[in-house]
Formats: sequence, structure tokens, C-alpha cells
Amino acid sequence: MTEGVTEAAGTPGGAPERRGGHFDAIVVGAGHNGLVSAAYLARAGLDVVVLERAPVIGGATLSEEAFPGFRYSVFSYLVSLLRPEVIHELDLVKHGLFLVPTASTLNPLPNGDCLFRESDPWRTYHHIARHSRRDAEALSEYKLEMRRMGHLMFKLQRAAPDELAAAVAGHVDENPGQISSELSAEVADISRYFLDLPKQRRRSFLQMLTMSSADFLDQWFECDALKAALSSSSIIGSFLSPRTPGSAYVLLHHYMGEVDGVYREWGFQKGGTGGVAAAIASAARGYGAEIRTDCPVARVLARGGRARGVALANGDELTADVVVSSAAPQVSLGRLLDADDVPGGAGKGLRDRVARWQSAGCAGKVNLALDGLPRFECMPEPGPHLAGGITIAPSLDYVERAFDDAKYGGFSERPFIDMIIPSVLDPDMAPPGKCVLSCFVQYAPYELAGTTWDEQRDAFGDAVVRTLAEYAPGIEDQVLHRQVLAPPDIESIAGISGGNIFHGELRLSQLFLLRPDPAAAAFRTPLPGYYLCGSSTQFGGGISGGPGRLAALRILDDLLRRGAEAR
Amino acid sequence: MMRRAPQGTQAIQRALSLYRSFSAQQPEHRLTDLAAEHGLHPSTAHRLLGALEAGGLVGRNRDTQGYVWLPEGGVSGGERPARRNGMRLLAPLVTPFHRRTEALCESGAWRDWSGYACALSHDPLPDHEYWAVRNTAALFDVSPLFKVEIVGPDSERLLDRVMTRDFTKCRVGRVIYTSWCNEDGHLLQDGNVQRLEPERFLVSAAEPCLRWFGDCAVGMDALVRDVSADLGVLALQGPRARAIAEAAIRGVDFAGMRYFDLAGGELGDQAGAGRGAPVTVTRTGYTGDLGYEFWVASEDAEALWDSLTVAGAGHGLRPAGLLALDMVRVEAGLVLIDVDYVSAAHAELEALKVTPAEAGLGFTVKLDKEADFVGRRALELERERGPAWAMVGLEVDWFELERLWSGIDLRPQVVGEPASREPTPVFVPGGSQVGQCTTRFFSPLLKKYIALATVQADVAVLGTALEFEVAVGYGRRRARARVAKRPFFLPDRKMADGSAAGAAG
Repeated sequence: MTEGVTEAAGTPGGAPERRGGHFDAIVVGAGHNGLVSAAYLARAGLDVVVLERAPVIGGATLSEEAFPGFRYSVFSYLVSLLRPEVIHELDLVKHGLFLVPTASTLNPLPNGDCLFRESDPWRTYHHIARHSRRDAEALSEYKLEMRRMGHLMFKLQRAAPDELAAAVAGHVDENPGQISSELSAEVADISRYFLDLPKQRRRSFLQMLTMSSADFLDQWFECDALKAALSSSSIIGSFLSPRTPGSAYVLLHHYMGEVDGVYREWGFQKGGTGGVAAAIASAARGYGAEIRTDCPVARVLARGGRARGVALANGDELTADVVVSSAAPQVSLGRLLDADDVPGGAGKGLRDRVARWQSAGCAGKVNLALDGLPRFECMPEPGPHLAGGITIAPSLDYVERAFDDAKYGGFSERPFIDMIIPSVLDPDMAPPGKCVLSCFVQYAPYELAGTTWDEQRDAFGDAVVRTLAEYAPGIEDQVLHRQVLAPPDIESIAGISGGNIFHGELRLSQLFLLRPDPAAAAFRTPLPGYYLCGSSTQFGGGISGGPGRLAALRILDDLLRRGAEAR
Repeated sequence: MMRRAPQGTQAIQRALSLYRSFSAQQPEHRLTDLAAEHGLHPSTAHRLLGALEAGGLVGRNRDTQGYVWLPEGGVSGGERPARRNGMRLLAPLVTPFHRRTEALCESGAWRDWSGYACALSHDPLPDHEYWAVRNTAALFDVSPLFKVEIVGPDSERLLDRVMTRDFTKCRVGRVIYTSWCNEDGHLLQDGNVQRLEPERFLVSAAEPCLRWFGDCAVGMDALVRDVSADLGVLALQGPRARAIAEAAIRGVDFAGMRYFDLAGGELGDQAGAGRGAPVTVTRTGYTGDLGYEFWVASEDAEALWDSLTVAGAGHGLRPAGLLALDMVRVEAGLVLIDVDYVSAAHAELEALKVTPAEAGLGFTVKLDKEADFVGRRALELERERGPAWAMVGLEVDWFELERLWSGIDLRPQVVGEPASREPTPVFVPGGSQVGQCTTRFFSPLLKKYIALATVQADVAVLGTALEFEVAVGYGRRRARARVAKRPFFLPDRKMADGSAAGAAG
């Protein structure tokens, strides 16, 4: 049911493989978004092929048994943003989606104390009240407010981006006639909804788009450790610190996540995150899509001002009416796209802008196989706290200092670490009595000043284990195996340029109609017939499948229109 | 024969005779012994002893849970209960696992189950116990089940006469799930019957059944005996159940046990460590997952609990409570007496009574068997006419939930609620009522709102669109549902051979 992607990927798809040939649609990249797009296109009856560069599918949603008996979720480790529409329209539960909820969040503190938040609100209240009764009270109000913000984002996310852009920014589309009346009604709804919000909430929303998370959280809380704990979501995957303006948006981005209608819940895919990609791939194959691995695409082919297919690295050419790429913009709009193919001479400008796209990775991943459960000084015995998130972010200053190291081209000597223990949530991940520990680590800049990751990888791994040992003494002696991954590894394994987990920073300058470029903001590129469906579109990263779905709907809508015109 | 007591004094007579069992030589008695000695049902004996306890005539020994005599001045070992205010004379009974579950019950939430205190959940919220059943393994204390032993040369004949299933085909080492009815073919109960020996069976059921079986045994050479309080029962359920059971119990070929097999073993791992107390294992459960139930003498209960929890440590085993059980049994499509159907034994109205087929248990009625079982004629007639009602699964999809809750501008507020047992009406779309929905629940595993409902047989067709009422905020709305296949969730591992689909999920 939760087959590892490695095993599943080798199996050929529903259709017999063709060397060359013609398809209705070609999807570049078998990450979760590419697979979602392929599934929707195939579901609509199109003849679809997915071309994946790597020998396995999944992209950043990848699981592997890197050490005998121990399964790692190599990169992404929790699921929250996966859209319910995607789950239900593609029937992913039937295809193996199995999300085990995480229980709690533990923030160990240097003095042997901790901050502990559980799913039970009253227990959380009393835990926090030990630190600040005022904050314990504020926390429930804060959560409610953030859920409302998440709900607003959810509504915005449902609208197609160009119409949304037209509504929000007064941006005049080049083809204003294309805004269908149905979508316009939706936009009008959202506008009305936004204007009807209490003034305070509208202000909060605008603050969240622009402020630093530290400033935003200062408005709510007094306890520094709590602010640091809550700021975690504002820096994850971003080259930002809690005190960088714009980080509050990243916080908001994570509050869009929901599990079964409950915002801000997280789930662990049984068998590892690769199971999510495997489920989507299974759905796509069920609809007839073909998935080819070890099949790198060299470039998009264009003729007569339209995309006509792709050329593979091995020289083969596949033709298609539609090509959609899930890769990061540097690849989709850079390497794969010949600037001369873009009509109206717009290609060069696009290429220059894409080159300046901010997407340098800043996070690393350290996966550890341990001889037993870690013993955190604050809660040494095994317990429910090990079934949730555990974050090393004891103070805002701590995180800020970790960022300072990276600002000047070094990795954080005492990094921010966001952990889960997958084997506690799912015993299939490690032999009984042993465990795997997944550490998401910041900051680890893509480029190191004066040295390389090949030289520093071990030192980085040591820094992580050393930091962990400050809170879980003796952990260094429990390590049986470790896998250290820096942004260049994310780039080479998952194929994300720069190794940025969101395919590009989630800042206002790279969001909404600017994502990834004003000329390619609505999943369409300036080359007709060529589309984008990855995390660098509309609302960006996370295992949401949202971009993949919206892109597919956009493509199907365009195809219908073309069909209608042809008639 | 004893002279029949005047009306209303029977209880007093019984209580007095119970009290006379205590003496200075024998100041302490076990409940089961007293009940057997006086020919009383243990729950009756318990009630009477409770009254004596409240009156300060007997007390409880905290360590043994036995009853002790309190003559004037008292006897050491027992405690004179504090004066009650008369609101509640009877403290809840505790199961033989109580000391273990109580220590783990962080929520402090207990529910009465047939007079026994049972944990609703051990965590403050039942979520993780629910997930444990599907993801790892969960341990349920199901000791409050009523257990009746039937022994003797006519035991098979008795069961074949009482039960709707064919007991001539029940081999030793097998368990049979069956219904039993009254003469009108109306369902009294459903339950499991173990064939332990050629002439020894054990019936387990949710409600008392001693008297019914006893009445049916008239003229047969079969002894019907309530052994409810003598046995402790644990249900170990979930994909890891087999691995845990293998490490905790020796002498049982768990991989070779088929669904509804029965085997005897003893506590302790294969290496020979452990106490070695005898245990009966059945591959049964109420969760729709891979699982086993363990039946031990009450005095060995804690040793069983300890063996299983030690073995389960590396497998994510969790103690689980009634809320989680109620959630998974809906996914498994299993009906619950007095929730999804009303037993004919205490239906206030004739109209509430149902036949097995109407309660979704038609598969337990074997009209091709030889014996003339209770209710046979009525059920034969029903077979000709067709049942009037049907038990169906209903499924509400996610988009319908979104539609309902968008009316109050919220995402669907369905997760984290325990299964609701409040009956709500079921309608044809936009039309009149055709039945009632008796249990409903949002399954986080299936990500669907699922329900069990009794509806008129003519609308009980797979895929039929129906509506039932749900609360949305303070309002009542009709949710569009579809008649769906029961069970909603049926993993291969539930019935698969041990060698094949074992640990894989």
C-alpha cells in the first residue's frame, strides 16, 4: 500500500512505452505537482506522458532505505498543505495516502525546561501558563485569528491567479476579454469578502504580507521562547530570519495547511513522504498516464510560435499539443526554453528576469538512524512528545544568530532544527527499539564562502549532532548512520535549481502575479502551449498539489477554448 | 423447593442469604463464588452486595476486590464505606485490568459499560488511539462482555437450537459469529461462540443471555453457566498485532491461525520466559483489522496485560478506549446492539424489533440447516416476503461537507468528533423520511463522513442517493449521502493468512 517510490517507479505506466511519438500533453518532472497535473490531464481523457530526469519519481517527496532497516523521508517530512480537492478528486486514499497526525510540538530550552504544545488546548494552556499566563491566554486567540487568516488565504488560493491579480492589483490583463464571467463572479465574491472583513483583520492580513514575524508576534506575546517557537514556520525553507521583513508571510503560508478542514494540522505519510508521490502516481497511471523515469528533457520544441513537444537528452523527440513543466523557473523558463522561440521578442527579457529569481536554498536535511529513542533533558522518558514535532529554536536571538552565520556564507554553527521521529509515528520506518530522526536544518546556504559543500558536509552534520546533544545528551553515541544533505544535494537529487524547497523565496516580490514572472503568472508562459505547474507558480511551495491542479484546469480550459475557436 | 417469598421481598431474602455466607471462619468471598453458591447472576449478586456494603454490613478488600464481613467493630482488611447520600448505592465494577488501565488513563474519562468502569480514552483525545488501530496496534479491555459457558453432551444441540447459524458445522478450535432470535424471528442479540472442546462452548455477547439460553436448554443435558467475572479479555488489534502476539504468547502458531480460529497457549515469549499462565487466543475483534482476542482467568489478567504491553513497546502499541473502538467499528461496518438495532428483549414498541436481515446480519441466518431453531418459521416467512428494512452504509463525500459548511463560512467541522450515536432521520432527496441513521462519524482514514442507517428495503440499493440530517453550526442541514458498501474499510490483512500479508499495511 505504501510502497517506496524507488520500488514503484521502475514499473512502466498504463500505456506501452513509445520511443518518440505524439501525446496530447507532456509533463516535465515527476515531483508531486507534475504528477498531480498529469493525473488531472489524464483524468480529462488526454494522452499524457510524464518525463522524469531521475531514476525515481517523487522529486522532493522521496523516501528511501539509505541504511538497512531504516527508512528515511529524504527531504519533505510532513504533509499539511495537500489540498483536499486533490485528495478527493484523485481519490488518493484509495491509492495509498495514509496521513498519521502528529501529536504535539516540543521546544526544548537550554535550561532543561521546555515549551510544550499539545493537541488538547487546555493542556497546552497550562504548559504555556508556566511561562506566561498572559501568553497562554493570548495563544488561543492567536490561533483563532491565524485560522481566520488561513481561511482567507484558502479563499484567495481557490481563484485563478490572473483574475485574482486583476482584482487585487487592478492589473489589466493583456486579454481582458478572457476573464470568464464565472470567474469574475468568483473574484467579485472574494473582493466583497475581503471588504466585509473587520477592519482589524484586514490590517492583520496586510501586516502579514509585509512585516517580519518577530514584529508580528511581538504584538501578541511576551514570552521570547514562545515567540521563537511560533516563528519557526516563518523561516522554514526561506532565506529569512524572524526579524527579516516579509517573514510573516511565510508564517501565514503555513497556516493555509489543513487536514480534513482543520487548519494548521500536520500529518506523516505512512512509509515516508515518498508514499504521497506514489499515491498520486498510482492515480495518474489509473487514469492512463505514462510515467518515464531516467528520461531527462533537453529543451522544449517550438514551431510557429507554439510549443510542439520536447527534445530528450538522448536526442529523441516527443511531440505534444501541450507541454507543462513542474521544474523551477531557471529550468522551465531558462535552460529548457530557447529565448528565440518566445513570440514577440519577449524571450530575452524573460530570461534575464528569471536569472535574478531568488531561489538559493538555505536549508539542509540531516537524517539519523539511532540505536534508541533520544532522551531530551527536558523530558527524558519516552512519551507522546516524541510523536510530534521537536524544534530547536530556544529564542529569537538564537535563530537570528543562526541566520547571521548564513548571511556571510557560512552554515549555522548552532542551527535551527525542526525534527520529527518518523519511526515513532510509523514503526515501519525502523526496526523495533531503534529509530530514525529527521532533522530539517537551517541555515545552510547553497553557496559557502571560500569553501564547498563537499568539504563541509561532515562538519555541518557534526554541528547538527553537537547542537542536538546540548538538548539530548548522549545522542552522539546513539547514531548508527547519518545522511547529510545540503542545498546542492537537494538540487542534484530532487532536481530543484538552487535547492530551494519552495522553488523560490515566498516573498511579496515573488508572489501572486509576480510568481514566477509577470509574463508567466497564470500557469501560462509567453510561449503558447507551454505551461508551468510547479511550486514556483501562484501560491508556491509545500506538498499542496494546488499548482499542479490549477495548472491542469487552466490547460483544459485553454484547450476547450481552442477547440471552440477551431470549430 | 423453597417457599415462594411474598411479592417484593425476594431481594431482601436473597441479600440476607448472601449475608449469611459470611462468618468469622470465612470472612471474605469473591463475587463470582457467592453468585454461583446462591444461584444468582453475578450482576444481581453485585447489586445486592452493594446494598449490604452501603448499609455497612460488608466491605471491600482493596487488594483482592473481594467482599469482607463487617460484624460490629469491623474486621481488618475491609473498609467500612462512607455513608452515601443515597444517590448512588453502587460503585462501578472494575475489570481485572483496571489497575493497569487506571494508571494509564490520563484523561480521567470513564464510561459505564454493563456496570463496569471503562476508559473512554487514555489520552485526553481519542485520535491517537484510533490511529493506532490502523497504523500500529491498540489494546482494548473488553472484559465487560457477558460470557456464558455451555457444557455437556447436548451443548452443540442447544446452540444449534438457539442460534441462527449451523453449529453442527462448528469444529473445535473455531469461533462462529451468530445471531439469536425469539420465536417471532426478532433479533435478540449477536455474538461470538467459541468451540473450546467437543462439549464445551463459550458465548460472548454484549448483553446478558444466561436466562434465555437456560430456558432454551430445558430437557437437554447441557449446563449453562455465567463465567463473565471469571475471565479477563483483551483485544489486540492493528497491523502489528501478530508481531506483538508472537512475542508475548507461546505455544500458538499465530501465522497459521485463520480468521475466526481459536487456539490455546500460555503467557511468555518463545524462549520460555514468563509466567506461563494459560490463555485462549481467538483471531477475532470488533475493529475490522488484523487482530486477536485473549481470554484468561481473572487472576492472570494483569500478567497478560504486562506481557502484551512489553512485547508491544517497539511496535507503537497503545492502550485504547471505547471512543476509538466506536470509531473503528463504524469503518468496519459492524453494528452495535441498542445503538444500531434494538434487541427484541427490551424493545418498547413492536415496531422497533428487527430481524437479523433487517439489522444487516442476514448472513448469520442459515435456513438450510437441519435443526429447528428458535425463530425459524418466522424467518422462513420473511425470506419469502423479503425484509421490510435494511441496514446500509451511507457515505457523504468531502465536497458535500464543504458545501454544507460554506454556508456559515467555515471549513467542514467534522474531524475529531467521536462517533455520534444520536439517531437522525434519513430522507429520500427532498422528500419524506425513509429510515434513521444510528451511528455516524467522519473517518480521518477514509476522509469521508460515514454512517450506519436502517432504511426501507426499497431504497437500500448501492449508489442510491439519500439525505440525512447533520448539525452545521447551530443549524440542521440535510447532507446528500449515497448508499455505500459495508464495510467501508476492509484491509487484506484482516483475514489474510499470516505468512503473506502480515506486517505490510
